[in-house]
Amino acid sequence: MTNPPGASGRLAKRAVLRARLGRAQELVIEAVIRLCGVSAVVFVFAIFFFVLREALPLLFGGLDLGQFFGSMEWYPDSLSNRRYGALALILGTLAVTGLAMVFAIPLGLGAAIPISEFSRGRTKEALKIVVELLAAIPSVVWGFIGLMILNPVIIDLFDAPIGLTVLNGAILLALMSVPIMVSIGEDALKAVPDTYREAAEAMGATRWQVVRRVLLPAARNGLLAAVLLGVGRAVGETMAVLMATGHAVTIPTGPLDSVRTITATIAAELGETARGSDHYRVLFVLGTLLFAITFVVNLTADLVIRGFRRR
Amino acid sequence: MDRQGVRTRDLCLWYGSFQALKSVSLTIRHGQVTGLIGPSGCGKTTLLRCFNRINERIAGVRTQGTIEILGHDVYAPGTDLIELRKRVGMVFQRPNPLPLSVAENVLFGLRVHGSGRLAPDVVEGAVEAALKGVGLWSDLKDRLRTRATDLPLEQQQKLCIARLLPLKPELLLMDEPCSALDPAATSRVENLIRELRGTYTILIVTHNMAQARRVSDECIYMLLGEVIEHRRTEDLFINPSDERTARYIEGRYG
Ligand SMILES: Nc1ncnc2c1ncn2[C@@H]1O[C@H](COP(=O)(O)OP(=O)(O)OP(=O)(O)O)[C@@H](O)[C@H]1O
Ligand SMILES: [Mg+2]
Repeated sequence: MTNPPGASGRLAKRAVLRARLGRAQELVIEAVIRLCGVSAVVFVFAIFFFVLREALPLLFGGLDLGQFFGSMEWYPDSLSNRRYGALALILGTLAVTGLAMVFAIPLGLGAAIPISEFSRGRTKEALKIVVELLAAIPSVVWGFIGLMILNPVIIDLFDAPIGLTVLNGAILLALMSVPIMVSIGEDALKAVPDTYREAAEAMGATRWQVVRRVLLPAARNGLLAAVLLGVGRAVGETMAVLMATGHAVTIPTGPLDSVRTITATIAAELGETARGSDHYRVLFVLGTLLFAITFVVNLTADLVIRGFRRR
Repeated sequence: MDRQGVRTRDLCLWYGSFQALKSVSLTIRHGQVTGLIGPSGCGKTTLLRCFNRINERIAGVRTQGTIEILGHDVYAPGTDLIELRKRVGMVFQRPNPLPLSVAENVLFGLRVHGSGRLAPDVVEGAVEAALKGVGLWSDLKDRLRTRATDLPLEQQQKLCIARLLPLKPELLLMDEPCSALDPAATSRVENLIRELRGTYTILIVTHNMAQARRVSDECIYMLLGEVIEHRRTEDLFINPSDERTARYIEGRYG
């Protein structure tokens, strides 16, 4: 039996209409998605240019770059002899981040491996939630932990005069960058095809041998990216290190020295400067430097990840 | 006297509630090539994967019955899985060399089963012998550092056979080892299998009747998890004793 001609014509028209609507809907959704993507890029550039704009007049108008990078004399509000030597701040950032990575890399990758390879089902989910909770702790709270808990512990343990040190900040930053390392690291391990594990196990490798001899080399790039993203996270962190590292503009010689990082300096001083003053602008130069560091670190991580996908 | 290579008694296997092997009892002779044929889904891969207990990687697998390999009960409590897998090597359907260099693939077994470092002369000797064993030496002797996963499929699959040899396995399990290869490569791998015959007991799954006839001494026909027929290959193909075997091999020649 066939439909009467009128009815079938109507049906056909409706189908065409529906197809057109569907197409229109798709176009709108596509446009929205593209807009989101583009605006993310626009925002990043806008922020960078805003920071750079505030920095430029000083950067090309009187800042002694040799002093900026080579001197540790940071006297931004001295009336007679202002000096903007950021070396101590840069080294402070490097010291805290570096030591943080010494703790965070074994901790982060050490957690990614058991979560990805040695746990299943509920246990795996539970472990992942714990790690994600770690990421949800606000950085002020970490700062408090540094001030109230780590500070006395460090004083007791090392018989140090003060516990607000590179070590304190590094421990906090390590804990703060562990979550991203774990989740990216776990992704990297998960991306290793199961056939490799099976092949190795079929040759009599234990699960640990599989990890050491097959997964770590196979996931090397992904794990490296995990570490780099952790570094990026640590370099940019402000509040916790501001509270936990003792606020001393000195070049650190050991983990028990107090320091001040780039981020802490900006956060502490920006509120007190007059808009447009040299001091105000030099803080934006620091911001530009920070931006450049995190940009390079993240870009490297991204390139590494991409290289690893292509393979 | 014919030595027993592998003997199973009432082997049953379940994936969850689905029974994939039903009371399989087999005796596979040592030093021969035994082919395993049957329609898709009849349990050939499953059976093969029981012999090195790699099935146990999959959650929800339950096995019953016994398997003896050269007199050792493989499912006995306290069986050393690592030792078992050293004696029973497996070649998979898709070539799956490890993402390491050619040399490291060959040495993987020695590294995993050995203790301490391998002496340089052991390394060189083992790599050369294994690659010669599968006819890859002349092709790859200058490319031992190449990533194995970058090789052409035929070389990958031969390498997957080669990497088993340094451990001197007693049983080689091959699951459709040629299904990813072109006809020319297939025939070269078949030659290799014939050369390995005698030194190793080989159990090979294949969908290709002609291949089963070319390489195997004995042949097993499976259907829906059961062994239907197990005889010398020429007998099974020329004069099958079971109606269902006859239909299967005829259907295939169709
Ligand atoms: N991991 C698994 N979980 C559940 N069922 C499975 C699993 N693996 C295999 N099966 C089932 O067990 C049966 C036997 O599968 P098996 O892979 O052993 O067959 P096969 O004979 O090797 O088939 P093919 O010729 O297609 O490779 C099939 O019905 C299959 O669906
Ligand atoms: Mg199969």
